[in-house]
Amino acid sequence: MEAILRQFFNAEIMAQAAPLIFRGLGMTLLVCAAVVPLGLAGGLMVALAGRARSRGVRFIVTLLVDIFRAAPPLVLLIFVHAGLPFAGLRLSPFASVCIAFFLNNSAYYGEIYRAGLDSVSAGQREAARSTGLTAWQAMAYVVIPQAVRNVLPDLVSNTVEVVKLTSLASVVALPEMLYSADMARSLTYNSSPIVLAALVYLALLWPVVRLMSRLEHRLGG
Amino acid sequence: MDNGTLFIDTFFKRELIVRYLPDILSGMAVTIEIAALVVAAGISLGLALALIRSLRSRPVNALIVVFVDIARALPPLVLILIAYFGLPNVGILLPSYAVLCLVLSLLLAAFAEEIFWAGILSVRKGQWEAARSTGLTYAQTLFHVILPQAVRLMVPPLTNRTIAITKNTALGTVIGVPEILNQATTAESFSFNATPLMMGAVAYLVLFVPVVIAGRYIETRFAWRRA
Repeated sequence: MEAILRQFFNAEIMAQAAPLIFRGLGMTLLVCAAVVPLGLAGGLMVALAGRARSRGVRFIVTLLVDIFRAAPPLVLLIFVHAGLPFAGLRLSPFASVCIAFFLNNSAYYGEIYRAGLDSVSAGQREAARSTGLTAWQAMAYVVIPQAVRNVLPDLVSNTVEVVKLTSLASVVALPEMLYSADMARSLTYNSSPIVLAALVYLALLWPVVRLMSRLEHRLGG
Repeated sequence: MDNGTLFIDTFFKRELIVRYLPDILSGMAVTIEIAALVVAAGISLGLALALIRSLRSRPVNALIVVFVDIARALPPLVLILIAYFGLPNVGILLPSYAVLCLVLSLLLAAFAEEIFWAGILSVRKGQWEAARSTGLTYAQTLFHVILPQAVRLMVPPLTNRTIAITKNTALGTVIGVPEILNQATTAESFSFNATPLMMGAVAYLVLFVPVVIAGRYIETRFAWRRA
């Protein structure tokens, strides 16, 4: 028991590692601030392109979405970060993370928006068009707001996944929270720094997770 | 050398494909093995937890909720590193393969429990009462009346979640599990060429594109027709 406490909940080591980990938290939040809006915007584009009139466009969109949903995010990240330099494209870890997660997240958010757009009945668009709004106005002011509201819980839950995903950036040496915690672990030969990082993730995400699970159960009941 | 051959030489170099194909294939076998184990263990544990939760014992349910919430809020890589580097120091020596299976199974169990439980709750109370009043036992009601109705609601999220978590087998590379990504990055550093990475990516696509397409089919097949 004492060994467990010393190995996982060592207050002294946690206090030593805290400044490093909180600096890492800053980077984690910065990555989120870049990756979440990119994914949300990319996903919306994917969903809109998926409704294009041209069959060719729709086919290509489906193909890309399937590919980027099938490839594990870490594989995409390592491909971008370690593979592209061979083709003469050397990117900073931050840029690699943004590109890899943009591709992955756009596919996931895109599927959610698609379900949202499907849930808005065609009459809404027709009514909007008949009041004189252009096709884009009808989409932007009438259809998309309702679509987003219908899939808001899914968007939130995917955003939690994206925040968790940013921990993968540690693999390409971006000094975010997990990277900092792992560095502290290898210096102190003790797991407490990673446990501290885990506690910070919990503090950030637990309230959202709790809210989601209440929402899910309410919808079910 | 023109750009076309340079591109081929960087990402699709033939002799490297031949040389590293056996490694990538053995990585695929490891990935499939771990994924199969994780799916079987995770889903059965998740179902077991949901059934225990349906007995509605307060302290037990509080424990299940805490476990599920923690699993949903923590990044998988954080848990893998804690287990891999921490457990040996408290006397539990597990090979990296086992650590990966254990962590991913627990994660899938947590998400699956939540999905099963939401499904069970979604069936109206009257169904329970009616079934029990016809003389069915608690277990009979659960298995013959409630779960069959809940399945429609559970299958799509469960497929998505299972796919997402089995894709996390790639995280095993961080702790040295010789799965696809690990084989690919090792080969890449030996050959100093991006071809093995491309092979690894293709291997994942070969494994998971059919699964993603099947998932989409299941989703439309089981979807409730919304009004």
